[in-house]
Amino acid sequence: MDRIPILKFGNALLVTIQVDMHDRLATALEEDLTSRIVSNNARGVLIDISALEVVDSFIGRMLDNIAAVSRILDADTVVVGMRPAVAITLVELGLSLTGVKTALNVERGMAMIHDRLARSEADDADDED
Amino acid sequence: MPTTKIERLGVRISDDVVRVRQLTRTFAVEVGLGLVDQTKVVTAASELARNTLDYGGGGDVTVELVEQGGRRGVRLTFEDKGPGIADIEQALKDGFTSGKGMGLGLGGAKRLCNEFSIISEPGLGTKVTIARWK
Repeated sequence: MDRIPILKFGNALLVTIQVDMHDRLATALEEDLTSRIVSNNARGVLIDISALEVVDSFIGRMLDNIAAVSRILDADTVVVGMRPAVAITLVELGLSLTGVKTALNVERGMAMIHDRLARSEADDADDED
Repeated sequence: MPTTKIERLGVRISDDVVRVRQLTRTFAVEVGLGLVDQTKVVTAASELARNTLDYGGGGDVTVELVEQGGRRGVRLTFEDKGPGIADIEQALKDGFTSGKGMGLGLGGAKRLCNEFSIISEPGLGTKVTIARWK
């Protein structure tokens, strides 16, 4: 079965969805990402959906689930590159992805993950004082 | 309402849902819908095709290019011979689901289209028709 590739990028994982995913592929990605967060000790997950022309409720729910599971595993998920027409459609569909952090592009998304990491490391340093 | 082009697709496996999206996109482009309207009707088609597969046990989709009073539109009909829907009003409410979904499919698809109609009989199946006009 096809799989969406997951790349390691420092302490973050990077996924670029470039195909029109059928539901089983989306479910497989959710499972693969979850195990990779743990095996790679990842602190952030960046999902680039700029190639996706459609995000329906199934893919929306997958993004929501990945964000929720990664939060429990102490990793931040940022979804980047959503097309304007997709954003308009998602809201009208009734899916506002409230649990998902978003950024306009990969660069800003990566900056969000690094900001959060820097903050949590600063907190740890404070605790040691 | 004259139909100028028609295509039919079976919905049996989850790859077919992707095919329905692609065929709907082709028709929406041919009708001349803008990008946002294309995205809306393709998303609605995706929701309804998944319903046909997951709840109707598979079925067929008919995609048509239609014309009425000088306007062009794309019309889709989803038919299955599944268990049917006992309470359509309830099924259209957001959050209602009898299965694994989020319960946004039917109501969401209705919001994304200009026309929406549903006929369902318990034990006989369901037929949903949507249209999006330019």
